[in-house]
Amino acid sequence: MTLTAIIFAGILTYLTRMTMIALISRDMLGDKIKAVLEYVPSAVFPAIIFPGIFINDFGTFIEMNDPKIFGALVAVIVGYFSKNIIATISAGLVSYWFLIFVVFS
Amino acid sequence: MLTKKQLFTRGMLDISPHMLSVIPFGIICGAIGVELGFHPYLVYAMSFIIFGGASQIVFLQLLSGGASSLVAVASVGIINSRHLLYGAVLSEYLEKLSFIKKLLISYVVVDQGFAESNKFFKKNRNEEFLHYHLIGTGCTMWVCWQIATLSGIVLGSFVPEELGLKFAIPLTFIAIVVQDLKKLDHVIVMITCGLSSLLFFDAPFKSFIIISPVIALFVAALLLRLKK
Repeated sequence: MTLTAIIFAGILTYLTRMTMIALISRDMLGDKIKAVLEYVPSAVFPAIIFPGIFINDFGTFIEMNDPKIFGALVAVIVGYFSKNIIATISAGLVSYWFLIFVVFS
Repeated sequence: MLTKKQLFTRGMLDISPHMLSVIPFGIICGAIGVELGFHPYLVYAMSFIIFGGASQIVFLQLLSGGASSLVAVASVGIINSRHLLYGAVLSEYLEKLSFIKKLLISYVVVDQGFAESNKFFKKNRNEEFLHYHLIGTGCTMWVCWQIATLSGIVLGSFVPEELGLKFAIPLTFIAIVVQDLKKLDHVIVMITCGLSSLLFFDAPFKSFIIISPVIALFVAALLLRLKK
C-alpha cells in the first residue's frame, strides 16, 4: 500500500522533472518568458531559505533573537565576499553553534 | 572545446561543496523514516523512486500522521513542481538532445544541480556537450543521496540532533543565490519569494513552495516591463 503511494509519488516527481525538458521545445517559449525565466533561481530558492530559517520544526515562527537568524546573516556576509560555498555553509553553521553551545548554554 | 569527461568532472566539482549539507540531511531523512516506523526497504525505495530530499520527509510524516495516501502523493507532486521551472530554464540548453536522452537526463535534475549547471551553462553557451555538466552534477547528487539516506536507515540518526544540521539546507541555498544580491531586481524578486513563502507557509499541501515562486516571477515580469 505504502509502496504503491511511493511509486505514484515517484512518477509524479519524474513528470515534474521531465515535462519541460522533453515535451517543450524552445520555440514554444517566447523571448519575454525566457527573460522572466532568468529569475528562476532568485524566485525559487528563497522559498526554501526563508522557512528553513524563520519557521521551526513545529511550524511556528521563531523568536527574533533566534541563533538561526544570526547564522544566516553571517552566511550571507561570508558568502557574498568569499564566493565560496563551503565557507558560506561552514560560517553559518559555526556561528550558529557558537551561539547555541557557548553563548546560550 | 571541453570533452565530455571534462564537463562531467566539472559538474561533479561544481556540486560537491553542497554535499556538506546534502549528506547530513540525507542521513537525517533516512533515520527519520525508520523512526516513524516505516520498513527500511520502503524508506530506501523512496530515495531511488522519488529522489527528492524534503518531499520524502514530508511524505512519510504525512502518512505516519494519518493522512491519506492521496494527500501524501499530492503533496510530493506539489513540492516537486518547482522542477517544472528548472526544466523550462534548462530546456534551452538541452534542446539538441534526442528524446530518449532528455527522458534519461530528467531523472537527475535536482535543486543544487540545476543551480550549478545553470550558472555554468550561462557562461559556456557554446560548448557542444554541455549536458555532461548536468549529468555530472546530477549523478554526484544521486550517489551521495543514496549513500547518505542508506546510512541513516542502517545506522540510525548518528548525527547528533543537537547540532541542528537541518539548518545547513537553507545555508546551502544562501550560497547559491548570494551573489545575485548585487542586483537590485534580483533582491526584490528574492524578498518577494521569501516573504510569500512565510505568508503562505500554512497553505495546504505545502503549496507555498510553488505559490511563492509564481508570485516572485510575476514581480520579475513587472520589473522587466519597468526597465524598458
